Amino acid sequence: METPPLLAVRDLRVALPAGGDRVDAVDGIGFEVHAGEILCIVGESGSGKSLTAAAIMGLLPRGVRATGGSIALGGVDLLRLPEDEMRRRRGRDVGMIFQEPMTALNPLMRVGDQIDEVLRVHTGLDEAGRRARVVELMAQVNLPDPDQLRLAFPFRLSGGQRQRVMIAMALALGPSLLIADEPTTALDVTTQKQILALVKAIQSARGMGVLFITHDFGVVAEIADRVAVMQHGRIVEVGPVDQVLNRPVHAYTRSLIAAVPRLEPRAPSAAAAGLPALVARGLTKTYRSAGGIFVRRRVVEAVKSVDLTIRQGETLGVVGESGSGKSTLGRLLIRLLPADGGSVSFQGTDLLAAAPGRLRALRRDVQMVFQDPYASLNPRRRVGAIVADGLLAQGRPRAEAFARARELMGLVGLDPAGVDRYPHEFSGGQRQRIGIARALAVEPKLLIADEPVSALDVSVQAQVLELLNDVRRRFDLAMLFITHDLRVAAQVCDRIAVMRRGEIVETGPTAEIFGAPQHAYTRELLDAVPGRAWSAGQLANDALYTIPRES
Amino acid sequence: MERLEFIAQRTLKGIVVLLGIVVLNFLLIRLAPGDPAAVMAGEAGASDELFLQQLRQQFGLDRPLLEQLWAYVANILSFDFGFSYRQQRPVVDLLAERLPPTLLLTGTAFVLSLAAGVTLGVMAARRAGRWSDSAITVVALFFYATPLFWVGLMGVLLFSVTLGWLPAFGMGSVGVKLGGVERVIDVGRHLVLPALTLTLFHMAVYARMTRASMLEVRDQDFVRTARAKGVGEGEILRRHVLRNAILPVVTIAGMKAGYLLGGSIVVETVFAWPGIGRLAYEAVLQRDYNVLLGVFLVTSALVIAVNLATDVIYSLVDPRIELGA
Amino acid sequence: MAALRDFWRRYRRNKGAVVGLVVLASILLVAAFGPVIYPGNPWDMAGAPFQSPFGAENPLGTDTLGRDVATGIVHGARVSLLIGFVATLAAVGVGICVGAVAGYFGGRVDDLIMRLTEFFQTIPSFVFAVVLVAIFTPGIGSIVTAIAVVSWPAVARLVRGEFLTLRTREFVQASVVLGRSARHIIFVEILPNAISPIIVSASLMVATAILVESSLSFLGLGDPNMMSWGYMIGASRSVVRLAWWTSFFPGLAIVLTVLALNLVGEGLSDALNPRLSREGR
Repeated sequence: METPPLLAVRDLRVALPAGGDRVDAVDGIGFEVHAGEILCIVGESGSGKSLTAAAIMGLLPRGVRATGGSIALGGVDLLRLPEDEMRRRRGRDVGMIFQEPMTALNPLMRVGDQIDEVLRVHTGLDEAGRRARVVELMAQVNLPDPDQLRLAFPFRLSGGQRQRVMIAMALALGPSLLIADEPTTALDVTTQKQILALVKAIQSARGMGVLFITHDFGVVAEIADRVAVMQHGRIVEVGPVDQVLNRPVHAYTRSLIAAVPRLEPRAPSAAAAGLPALVARGLTKTYRSAGGIFVRRRVVEAVKSVDLTIRQGETLGVVGESGSGKSTLGRLLIRLLPADGGSVSFQGTDLLAAAPGRLRALRRDVQMVFQDPYASLNPRRRVGAIVADGLLAQGRPRAEAFARARELMGLVGLDPAGVDRYPHEFSGGQRQRIGIARALAVEPKLLIADEPVSALDVSVQAQVLELLNDVRRRFDLAMLFITHDLRVAAQVCDRIAVMRRGEIVETGPTAEIFGAPQHAYTRELLDAVPGRAWSAGQLANDALYTIPRES
Repeated sequence: MERLEFIAQRTLKGIVVLLGIVVLNFLLIRLAPGDPAAVMAGEAGASDELFLQQLRQQFGLDRPLLEQLWAYVANILSFDFGFSYRQQRPVVDLLAERLPPTLLLTGTAFVLSLAAGVTLGVMAARRAGRWSDSAITVVALFFYATPLFWVGLMGVLLFSVTLGWLPAFGMGSVGVKLGGVERVIDVGRHLVLPALTLTLFHMAVYARMTRASMLEVRDQDFVRTARAKGVGEGEILRRHVLRNAILPVVTIAGMKAGYLLGGSIVVETVFAWPGIGRLAYEAVLQRDYNVLLGVFLVTSALVIAVNLATDVIYSLVDPRIELGA
Repeated sequence: MAALRDFWRRYRRNKGAVVGLVVLASILLVAAFGPVIYPGNPWDMAGAPFQSPFGAENPLGTDTLGRDVATGIVHGARVSLLIGFVATLAAVGVGICVGAVAGYFGGRVDDLIMRLTEFFQTIPSFVFAVVLVAIFTPGIGSIVTAIAVVSWPAVARLVRGEFLTLRTREFVQASVVLGRSARHIIFVEILPNAISPIIVSASLMVATAILVESSLSFLGLGDPNMMSWGYMIGASRSVVRLAWWTSFFPGLAIVLTVLALNLVGEGLSDALNPRLSREGR
């Protein structure tokens, strides 16, 4: 490229407040963004990618400073601009969109006024002119009925709609550079697909430069022209998207890409044709808001008459977007939530009708692995007590229970000496292992895993999935695997049930769901998986790359 | 439509709570140690047996409890709050006479404390960590720890006794006939010390709340969004931070209006302000329970009314309000 | 031990809280050993009436009846602290039980309890306390009861809120699935995680209780057999023009005690909830 770059970052350093684990969050990085291209910065949590974006915008959090290097936008070093000058460039020359559409808009201000604010601050347009422009912008980002919607308050809008408002705001003045910090991470896949398409369309129509921060290689494959991979505050590899995704040079990039689950169904396990372990019939759960004399009750049918069979030794995936009722379903099955109707037959007993004593006994055969590694372990108890909890509940002697806890720690790949430590001393992936050990302690027959890897970085994700597969084989477990991520489902599940708005729309063997989806919604979901085209040709020999064990 | 339903629902709730307080009032008399008739009569020098008998008859104290309750509620609903045998007047007359001065006092204190407290809180938050923030925090902490009666007495010592600037008690000068503007000024001068006494404590409460709320809001995502749009800091404060930070403070202030009324008992006692607080104090001294319970009922009703008003205003100001939730 | 040292390190960062702790400790010492230094009966005449302060006999002067102000303050410390702590203990005890039941079991029980606390929170609390003490005749028992009655709803709501969120936490659900009893879950899984905000609000509640007690005593609703700071000010307010010290020093004692308690409460809040601690101090 002959023309000078739109954005040139040189030797940028960002220092964290004193007293932290690391001194530099960003450790001397350099890259360029040219007009008309999308550069993706991809990295795991803590790699410094979001701080890089914030540094360019001059919006670093309190206590965090850029300590060196330069950020040249159109030849002007932003780090040396007085705050007032920098402020004038924000919104005008650089637009930015953020990760959390739910909190990024002022809840007390109409969305139209929030878009209008950019125009009011930076232009001399009169009110009528600005209003026309707001409506025009909202139409450009495909918001329905802009003339009405501009008067709405943010809480009336869906997450996708709010993100469109954010984009309209960022693009209001036609900035030459757009910074997008994980703009689709909080959205469902189908919404994500639309937003990615919108960003791409506007970018190519305007010849804008885009700096796109993400952790998701699927998204990278979908949208990037060039890619920079960040690790521990450094850029380890940068290059055109085809090269980085398909012929990565750096070992870290290779391991990351190897860890991305492939969108190809795994070979079904032999046990998939076993006897039914758990059969649910007509399971129903309806949430009702408390009503008053003058207030209509709001009714949400979270789960609508769901039938479900899990066979011995098989993994059944429940796949759906947020609000589909998949998590509610998992909790209904073991009566963590009371169901409004239906039955769950397990070992010849209806779990939903079992007396409290019988229920407690039955529950030990059905255990759960939870999503949030930070919320699923009691921060005030030692890990040993957590893992031994189920055995203690059964009244086993303490010594025996704790000896078993040690064994289980080893089994899930942790140091048995860790039983004396508290959860906060472990990383996210390690905590998930502790959660799995806790569930295995009571030797269950069925494991319900509710999004067990979705809070984890991709490399850790791969390890935890491997562990789950391993224990499933070893203990001959049946598993219900709840996930929003079709890639993960493809790797883990023998059969898949697709949920939408409280109903299962389609059930079938994983290969059939992926190969020949029957329901239109299943096709839509599959179609929305980011980086689908790339997956097909994903590193043929990725088995050669080893995944570094988490330290 | 939704809003009307919301208001209707809240009104209904207020009425239910008020009825609950009437019942509580009834129970308090019955639970009090001793003969309820004697309790009602107070130590009005009227505790001869004949009079007590007459009272029992009048209030049906010899009838079953539920019947008594019904009679009591019916009386209250027809604004019959009983009779003060000490003052030889119906309680409702006393309350009606004493209510306006209290409304003047607490209303003034409410407006002043909220205005001053929010202003100080905003100032402190904007200069968080600097000396002026520390100064405001220290002042707020101090007044938050002072009993009202002590502030009042020290105010009298300083401004009435030592400096001679302001009158120390009453609501108007005694023995002087004043008309029109002069009378307003006279009442105003008498109002300064008691109103300030009541203000300072609550000002401290609101200042601390506002500061905390501001610091919380300014770190929220939508403030960062405004910054990314290139909005200046002054405008961010005005348009984004202030409204979101102050709304909860004002709401809580409305909900806690009862504290001002409680404080007025002490302040009116110190300054001999002729309101229902002073009336309550007199009732305590004279063991005039009908009057005391009347004050309790009226202040409770006032709190319910202020809560209702707060709800309505809130529903107008905050678009997010979960109507009816 | 390490946890305790860690706690102290965070607490110490708040300078005001350290000052508060020192002041509070001094007041506790005075309450404990003061009557040894001032062994006289605070109700007895200890000199001529209206003695100015800073004299050799009566360092803080005497009141209308010649009672020694310093002796009264020293004895009053016991009453204020006793009532403050006991009333808070009662309110917190009731609040935890009620709030835990409401938050853990939810549903109808929760609805009922919440309506009840809302009702109690609507009633102007000080007026209610005055009514209660007046009707049930002033005494240390009725005062403690009245303060506890008007204070428990706030604790109940706080505890209920904590329980409501913690109950849906995944580690609690894990315990349910493992077959743990409700008792184990409430006391081992939930309560230890809810205790920090309870401790913080309890320390602030002691301060409020002391203010309420002094106001009741000021209005003549104190225990007639116990010398208290509020009573001293109430008894001599009519002579404030002649003998400022009779009101000034007891009031100063109240301010110092309440201020110290508030500072300690904030320090606890900063130390127990490190993420929520405010900056700028």
